[in-house]
Amino acid sequence: MQRAALSKPLPAAFWLALAALSLSLAFYAKPLGEALSLEWLVDYPKLWIVPIQSQISAAMHWLIDEASFGLFTLREALRFLSGLMEVPMNLAIEGLATGLLSGTGSRAVEIFPPLSWIAVTVIFAATGHYAKGWALAFVQLACFLYLALFGQWHSAMLTLASIAVTLPFGVAVGLALGIACHTWSGFDRFMRPVLDLMQTVPVFAYLVPILFMFGFGPVSAMIATIIYALPPMIHNTTLALKAVPDELREFGTMVGCTPSQMMRKILLPSALSGLMVGVNQVIMSSLNMVIIASMIGAGGLGYDVLFSLRRLDIGAGMEAGLAIVVLAIALDRLSQALATRHPPARKTTSRAFPLNYPRSFLCVAVIAATWIGGNWIEALQTFPEGWQISTRQYWGELVKAINLNFYDQLEAVKLFFLATLLLPVKGFMLGLPWAWVIGLIALGGYKLGGWRLALLGTMLFGFILLTGQWDYAMISLYLCGVSVLLAILIGAPLGILAAEVKGFSRVMRVAVDTLQTLPTFVYLIPVVMLFNSGDFSALIAVTLYAVVPVIRYTAHGLDQVSPNLIEAGKMIGCSKWQILTKIKLPLAAPHMMLGLSQTIMFALSMLVITALVGTRDLGQQVYTALSQADPGLGLIAGLSVAFIAIVTDRFAAVAAKWLTAGG
Amino acid sequence: MNSSHNRRPAHWSVVGGSTALLAAMLGLASPSSAESTDPIKLTLNDWTGQHISATIMGKVLESKGLSVEYVQADYIAQFAGLASGDLDVAMEIWDTTAKQLVADGVATGKIEDLGGTGMKAREEWWYPSYMKERCPGLPDWTALKSCAEAFSTPETAPKGRYVGGPVAWGGNDEERIAALGLDFEVVHPGTDSIIFAELESAYQRKAPIMIWGYEPHWLNAKYKGEFVEFPPYAPECYTDPAWGINPDATYDCGKPTGMIRKVAWSGVKEQWPTAYDAIKNFQISNAEMSEMVSRVDLKGEDLNTVVDGWIAANSAVWQKW
Repeated sequence: MQRAALSKPLPAAFWLALAALSLSLAFYAKPLGEALSLEWLVDYPKLWIVPIQSQISAAMHWLIDEASFGLFTLREALRFLSGLMEVPMNLAIEGLATGLLSGTGSRAVEIFPPLSWIAVTVIFAATGHYAKGWALAFVQLACFLYLALFGQWHSAMLTLASIAVTLPFGVAVGLALGIACHTWSGFDRFMRPVLDLMQTVPVFAYLVPILFMFGFGPVSAMIATIIYALPPMIHNTTLALKAVPDELREFGTMVGCTPSQMMRKILLPSALSGLMVGVNQVIMSSLNMVIIASMIGAGGLGYDVLFSLRRLDIGAGMEAGLAIVVLAIALDRLSQALATRHPPARKTTSRAFPLNYPRSFLCVAVIAATWIGGNWIEALQTFPEGWQISTRQYWGELVKAINLNFYDQLEAVKLFFLATLLLPVKGFMLGLPWAWVIGLIALGGYKLGGWRLALLGTMLFGFILLTGQWDYAMISLYLCGVSVLLAILIGAPLGILAAEVKGFSRVMRVAVDTLQTLPTFVYLIPVVMLFNSGDFSALIAVTLYAVVPVIRYTAHGLDQVSPNLIEAGKMIGCSKWQILTKIKLPLAAPHMMLGLSQTIMFALSMLVITALVGTRDLGQQVYTALSQADPGLGLIAGLSVAFIAIVTDRFAAVAAKWLTAGG
Repeated sequence: MNSSHNRRPAHWSVVGGSTALLAAMLGLASPSSAESTDPIKLTLNDWTGQHISATIMGKVLESKGLSVEYVQADYIAQFAGLASGDLDVAMEIWDTTAKQLVADGVATGKIEDLGGTGMKAREEWWYPSYMKERCPGLPDWTALKSCAEAFSTPETAPKGRYVGGPVAWGGNDEERIAALGLDFEVVHPGTDSIIFAELESAYQRKAPIMIWGYEPHWLNAKYKGEFVEFPPYAPECYTDPAWGINPDATYDCGKPTGMIRKVAWSGVKEQWPTAYDAIKNFQISNAEMSEMVSRVDLKGEDLNTVVDGWIAANSAVWQKW
């Protein structure tokens, strides 16, 4: 049955008719419903909303305040756990930022200074050289000098310390769970929806429960970060393990490996580069969380961003935000180089011991020298304030100049978009009767992917309806839908350019990394100054973020096309344009479709940010729940976001299958 | 189980850390002495005035021989930390934004209200002075009846556009507009940085703008402008439709002013009695605070220097706390 549905695409006329019907319903459903007294089919009655919100809140309070294992309560157990995690966290903070302290609070005395700025820079440069050579060493050097030069050092080290601890925790847990998923297929099936939720429920939705359970401070921030950053590590672990060639496994079985030997000696080493992709994702996700982590006691660069913007100091916010980007680029390039590093054949030399390890020797020497020297020459320990430079006043001036000279033009653009795109789509989405939308999901799910998909879609959207989040969900869908569309229109050509034009790809990579890790808040303030708060500003913010996976996957997809086929195209006399449109793009299409699902995820993850500029969507619900400390509402709205993500992701996946099968 | 036994300083030394850990593992509780030597954790939220209050308090406590630690925390999220004793004192909790959270916390017995700071929060509709020429009769609210359009933007015209506060702040502005018969549309940004970004933008262009302004803040130091004068608030105005100009509607008046109070974890009294008294007695005026805030935010002076100046000039005041 399912097969039949898949292989025989329905006539286009059917879908066209559905679309036309939806359009007319969006406009006439309200009067029609009133005339037939079927309003309840159009607007879900408030009285029917299932009040699970307060029950969730109550359950949460019970869990936190009373749940007990007899000898100790759940909360005590969690507090003990966070006490354990605090040990490495404090060590990292003391080693990088504050110095080893004796005593606490304002009585604390520094008994050992932190690693000096020179030492940290040299260590990273040396690691860069080890991983890839001089070019990377220079990148590391430039990045860390930027942090010192622009006065971001102390905060950057706080942020680096929390990443330094989060990373091994996240990687270890992710690796263990990934191996478990690989080993037991039942566990894999159980984890799949859990991972989807972890990735899509906005962090704000579970921030307050985490604070209650783990206490206020860097550890809570770390746990929130790990929850968010874990799924890609697990995904990549299972993917990498699956990709190990069968010959290797057979070889292992032949020589009589035990299961644990097989894992340790054969599977993990051969999956190493795939695993490192996961590590890289954990780093990038942790840096995404810097702002939120700073709200619950992690401090560092994220806090600087919030504090500057609260004063409308756009320049200071921009510099702290760029410091996050610089840190991200340094760590990203380093971890990727380590992932793809081919160990050189070991040279047997008879040089004196330290010269065999020149880089380690250099690092130890610099650490020792700056530690000792720092006692007399302050500049060796901390970068002198007098040497710091700042561009902060120029950013504010720049925004002011644009505001004074181009506001009218920008406003015309905004009004054009509002009138022709945003408002009509919004009216359409809000006008659709809920019963029709759920019916469409069921029908579309059935036709595209069989009854399972239909059931899933109906149930998840049913939850949104029953809990009274319908209208907010429709506004979220409209905002994300329009943004994804724009992101594709902008991102796909840029991705093609990045893949086709030499030299452009490097620029594009930095631009994409910047868009992904620069805290949205930094550019949201100038956007609001130029476009006022409202849907258009939200659209800009979401599109800027959602364009990242579009560019990445397009460029990546085109890069993967086999050179033989391109060669063949050239032989039969295709022009460059023909090669692109007839060979490369069709072959890259499946990969680009994978990117679509990521784009939707990225767009949805921005909903909480759009709430800042006054949209009345699910993000606003999550945000309101946070400020009213209402864990029930937060969780419901958060789950609604996740459900939209899951349903659209599944639909996009089957639609991609369809398209590639057809083309 | 007294939660004070679970307290951990944020920055452990290695040695101190492992002993505390050991104690936690064995469930040991150190007998509480008269005044704990653990640091008192004061929260730092994300606005300058709050940093000044916290730093003044911190310096005063230090001068009394207590150990102080500052922890960066979100204004709302800090309540979870205060309730669990992870954080000890929040120096500026505004009745206008967090009255309910304080009431809820006090009701559970985990949070203690340590009374007003001496500062009064005022919030109301606010406009820059240049709007007075376009809407004569301001600051009296009746002027708005006839010149809503002067405050409009293309998206809201002919209605005026009012940039209100985040939904979570409440404020009842939609009801106020209806009750007073004004022709305004409310926009709710999600955070107050956005309100001031809108003001900054409009102010640069001398464009129409009406925002939710509040004091103490650098608003009136940086920009020329004033609050709209609505019929003064009375509690009955919010509950009794018959009260006020519009006999059929509530909210036909301005917004209430509110205290800015100090809020603490309920264990502070027992653990640091001296500090508890000093925090309770902390008092500062709106004028003093506004002056310090504008020196830091607008003139770019160092916050610690400004606070030290206040400490030096007012020793007679804080010695008594």
